[in-house]
Amino acid sequence: MKASLLAIPRGFWSLLVGLRVTATQFFKPVVTVPYPRATLPIPPRFRGHIVLTADPATGRPLCTACKLCERACPSDCILVEGARLEGEKKKSVTDYRLDFTRCSLCGACVEACPADAIRFSKNYNLAGTSKEAYVFDLVARLKAEKRNS
Amino acid sequence: MSLLTTEPIRLLVALVAILGFVGLNAAYLVLAERKGAGRIQNRPGPNEAGYGGWLQPVADVLKLFSKQLIVPPGTDTLLFRLAPLLVLCPAMVGLAVVPFGETLVARDLNVGLLLVFALGSINVLAIMLSGWSSRNKYAIISAARVVSQNVAYEIPMLLVAITVLMVSGTMNLNEIVRQQAGWFWHWNVCRLDLNPLMPVTFVIYFICMLAETNRAPFDMAEAESELVAGAFTEYAGMGFGVFFMAEYANIVLGCCVGVVLFLGGWQSPFGAWSGVGWFLVKLYALIFTVIWVRWTFPRTQFYRLLNLSWKILIPVSLATLVLASAVLKLRPS
Repeated sequence: MKASLLAIPRGFWSLLVGLRVTATQFFKPVVTVPYPRATLPIPPRFRGHIVLTADPATGRPLCTACKLCERACPSDCILVEGARLEGEKKKSVTDYRLDFTRCSLCGACVEACPADAIRFSKNYNLAGTSKEAYVFDLVARLKAEKRNS
Repeated sequence: MSLLTTEPIRLLVALVAILGFVGLNAAYLVLAERKGAGRIQNRPGPNEAGYGGWLQPVADVLKLFSKQLIVPPGTDTLLFRLAPLLVLCPAMVGLAVVPFGETLVARDLNVGLLLVFALGSINVLAIMLSGWSSRNKYAIISAARVVSQNVAYEIPMLLVAITVLMVSGTMNLNEIVRQQAGWFWHWNVCRLDLNPLMPVTFVIYFICMLAETNRAPFDMAEAESELVAGAFTEYAGMGFGVFFMAEYANIVLGCCVGVVLFLGGWQSPFGAWSGVGWFLVKLYALIFTVIWVRWTFPRTQFYRLLNLSWKILIPVSLATLVLASAVLKLRPS
């Protein structure tokens, strides 16, 4: 009897505690970001799909078409072709295709690369109407990027 | 001015004013509710339609109006169509006797309190009809819940009302407000000399009002997670919209009566500049509390809901009633 009577003021007190919690939250600032109008900064270690990096001196891809990334890829989604140009010691990349439909962003290719020729991009809001739109031609991408900048 | 005060025209004006008041309140309390919920959850709430979301109610209403009113096969068509009106009308009639200001009352009825509570019970009947006529399992379960919940909470609410009635000695809502003139300790909620449990009575009234209007944490009628939309499952478009309006109209009415009975109606808290403004301030403070409570507490279990009423609220409200009558008898008048 006494316990059940005491439960009434105790329960009421717990309700007031709950109300205090929501009242303090009421005056705290908004934490959400209205996405298409504002975006959060992307963290530096964010993993988007990979892209080729350019040699800052020549503007050409650093990739030497050694195919270590192709071999390192567990999902078999990278295809690299290279050729030796006239009067050059190293091979250079002619075609670099990434099948992003199978990529799981594991980063084995980036780790395997001896020349730091590939890096993660910051592209996250990808959209397309066909599966083929996700087979990226990274050499063409790098050229387009250079033209835009 | 003299034309406005002739009786038929005054009633017409009052009718239009109440319709407008209920409509505007229903529309913008939905927005206030969503904004309040957003603030409590640290997000902005609706903010796309109009500047800061001010046109959201307009967009909502336009959407509801443009939808088809579906009457599912096998329903009791008449009752199905009648139920939304039956929910909304009592709340509107109840507002006719609420004194918003000293003279700002549609009908200064000397049994106003009785009228409000008598019509308030029709609300239950209407929700039950909507559930029953929908020919839907969820709706029928919800209807059964609504009836047992509202029967349970009607009792402490009326007992509390009787306590105030005994203290004030009149059923005229405007007269009850007039008796609370002066500083805020003259309000019924602070009249510890008349009944030492007066604040408790107010809390009981508030809890019962939440339960009567089927608001969270007592929203058994519309338990989304269990019963889809409860009694309103089969309603589409504006049929559902009217139920939604009625919910807010009933909240407004419940808060109005709470303000009149306990918080001194249009009386100012320090004995000067009484008027409509104070009534609205108190009304919206109380409505804000209703919203605040909804976004704080999770829904109770059904048996706990009934336990709360039958084991706590009814005995306590009976105790306040006995205490109030004892004080009334023993006090030298």
